[in-house]
Amino acid sequence: MKKYNLAILVDNKPGVLTHVSGLISRRAFNIESISAGYTEETDVTRINIEVSVEDKHELEQVINQLSKLIDIIKIVNLGEVDSIVRELVLLKVRANRETLKDIRNIVDVFRGKIVDISPENVVIEITGSQGKIEAICEMMAQFEIIEIARTGTIAISRGPVPVKNM
Amino acid sequence: MLMNGAQAILESLRREEVDIVFGYPGGAVLDLYDAVYQAKFPHILTRHEQGAVHAADGYARATGKVGVCFATSGPGATNLITGIATANMDSIPMVCITGQVGNPYIGKDSFQEADIVGITTPITKHNYLVKKVEQLPRVIKEAFFIARTGRPGPVVIDIAKDVFSTQFEYEYPKTVNLRGYSGEFTGKEEEIVAAVEAIKNAKRPLFFIGGGLTLSGQSRLFREVVKMSGIPVITSLMGLGCVPSSDEGFLGMVGMHGSYAANMAVQQCDLLITLGARFDDRVTGKLSAFAPNAKIVHFEVDKAEINKNVPVEYPVFGDLRWSMPIFLNLMIRSCDNYEKQIQEWREHVIAMNKEHPFAYNHEANTILPQQLIETVSKLVDDDTIVVTDVGQHQMWAAQFFNSRKPRQFLTSGGLGTMGYGLPAAMGAKLAKPEHKVVVFTGDGSVMMNIQELATMADNNIDVKIVLLHNSVLGMVYQWQKLFYGHRFSNTIMDTKVDFVKLAEAMGIKGVRIQGLDGFEANLQAALEGEGATLIDVILPPNEDVLPMVAPGAQLDNMVLGE
Repeated sequence: MKKYNLAILVDNKPGVLTHVSGLISRRAFNIESISAGYTEETDVTRINIEVSVEDKHELEQVINQLSKLIDIIKIVNLGEVDSIVRELVLLKVRANRETLKDIRNIVDVFRGKIVDISPENVVIEITGSQGKIEAICEMMAQFEIIEIARTGTIAISRGPVPVKNM
Repeated sequence: MLMNGAQAILESLRREEVDIVFGYPGGAVLDLYDAVYQAKFPHILTRHEQGAVHAADGYARATGKVGVCFATSGPGATNLITGIATANMDSIPMVCITGQVGNPYIGKDSFQEADIVGITTPITKHNYLVKKVEQLPRVIKEAFFIARTGRPGPVVIDIAKDVFSTQFEYEYPKTVNLRGYSGEFTGKEEEIVAAVEAIKNAKRPLFFIGGGLTLSGQSRLFREVVKMSGIPVITSLMGLGCVPSSDEGFLGMVGMHGSYAANMAVQQCDLLITLGARFDDRVTGKLSAFAPNAKIVHFEVDKAEINKNVPVEYPVFGDLRWSMPIFLNLMIRSCDNYEKQIQEWREHVIAMNKEHPFAYNHEANTILPQQLIETVSKLVDDDTIVVTDVGQHQMWAAQFFNSRKPRQFLTSGGLGTMGYGLPAAMGAKLAKPEHKVVVFTGDGSVMMNIQELATMADNNIDVKIVLLHNSVLGMVYQWQKLFYGHRFSNTIMDTKVDFVKLAEAMGIKGVRIQGLDGFEANLQAALEGEGATLIDVILPPNEDVLPMVAPGAQLDNMVLGE
């Protein structure tokens, strides 16, 4: 299975997410993550999907089927262009006076931030690629990860051309 | 113009040239039905919402126009589901208007509330929930545009109850402005050039046509290509009628119950030129062994269909309304004397077809189903519209009825919906009152929407119902015979129902035909009589639909019968 990041521009209308998720379920596509948010245009929402597919042929099916949805304006496979891929993660990790210093050092190495602290735990905010996130999760496991919240990946192309003009 | 939501809907329907609506009233659409009453809008009250949606579908298939139906919220709308899915699978243009509970009640599990946008999302081309009356004109305009353009399909408009009664300043938009959907599907001419080049170099070319050819209205031009090139033609169930069954180069339907010649031709051809078909599993049989010697040309309006099931060497993306005239021109210009080039192949497939036509064994004094359909086919005129239900009789109708024109053979192909026949036939008859409408149904299928006999009677809808009464759920029975060791689980219907009396009780004529004595004369009299008639034809239970390609087998591996 290979993973691809798709940027999908949709009309900001009610029912759009139902249509997109309904199609993914009906066609039995595998998605790793999905997120959505407003864009620079008030009436356009951007949905970021990371799909898991067997081959190029299946990826083509995903894109062509999604393109048929009336409220989808544009789909771009960001895996095809040079792009930056990020995910935001909030990690709640067990901590005490003895372990705090070690945790802080690791967080610094990964260029993360400690955004909340209590006598029993810290909350770490970290962004990065999936590899980086997996690495920090592995490092934090020794202190006990209490909870993880992840946004799913979002991606943007390098250079001045936006997805809508691709 | 100041009006309320309900009046705005009817005014918009008029502007979309809707001349009839099928529906069933209820709490959430009281205001809509009040407007129907006041405007005297043409409306057929069916006896079940499923009847309304199939009738709208039959209307759409017979005409190519958008079929329209109304239903109330909750159970009214959920009763449409089977019909919407049926239309969606066969790409039938339809607009379904459903009432939703009032705005303040949405999401509260209110009386007769169901999430229709959620439920219909996977079975519609598009759908809407309208919560503000100001949105109505735009939404209706878009819905009709979406339903009829490109690859057609059903659109659902779910409308909150209070929207119907809210007054507003009505103005119907002149244009549609959808950023993600232009409704235009023109492709690249190079792709057609490449396809024609491939045809020029082929030795054993074969046309494979599907429902897309019917829907695009391009069968006249297609017949010209067939005539000038001599390329033999096979069809899917949905393409029947685009080429008359009597054409010499027409080899009939392909697939599970396709003709010997059609299936063999697929396996032997070196170029399969496909127009508006989607390589359904009932067509291809074992996918990896489908058309093993052929490269595939695929004319297709829906990009997602290209390479979906079979790999395509020569895709021609675009609406046939765009590609067909160009294709015909290029063929005329570049395929001079083509018939000579493929003469041997053409003669070979025609010979196969003559040697192995659809056939059956005649029996003394027993009417056989194939014979019944053949006889009806002979008795009716060329303009007759045939509607089928689903099962054995549907396949026999596909095999033995001589379809002569597009939009003449209406059947639920993709979804295979039992119960489709009666209501769809009503829709077809109301759409084309000057045409005779015959529905072939079975004693299983007919009971699934039997209530519509009352609609026929009360509205004088003259449909001739030919009931193939074999006292079994024949298709499942056949599979149980072939693949389940004759264990006939729940398929024997030795019913006590008297269909003639049932027809009469509902207010239409009933006739029973049994045995060959006077068979044809009685059948003719019943078909030519005035008014809706149910013709209960008693048949033996044991006939199989043949040829048959077992599920998952390859097309040249057919059970032929004696």
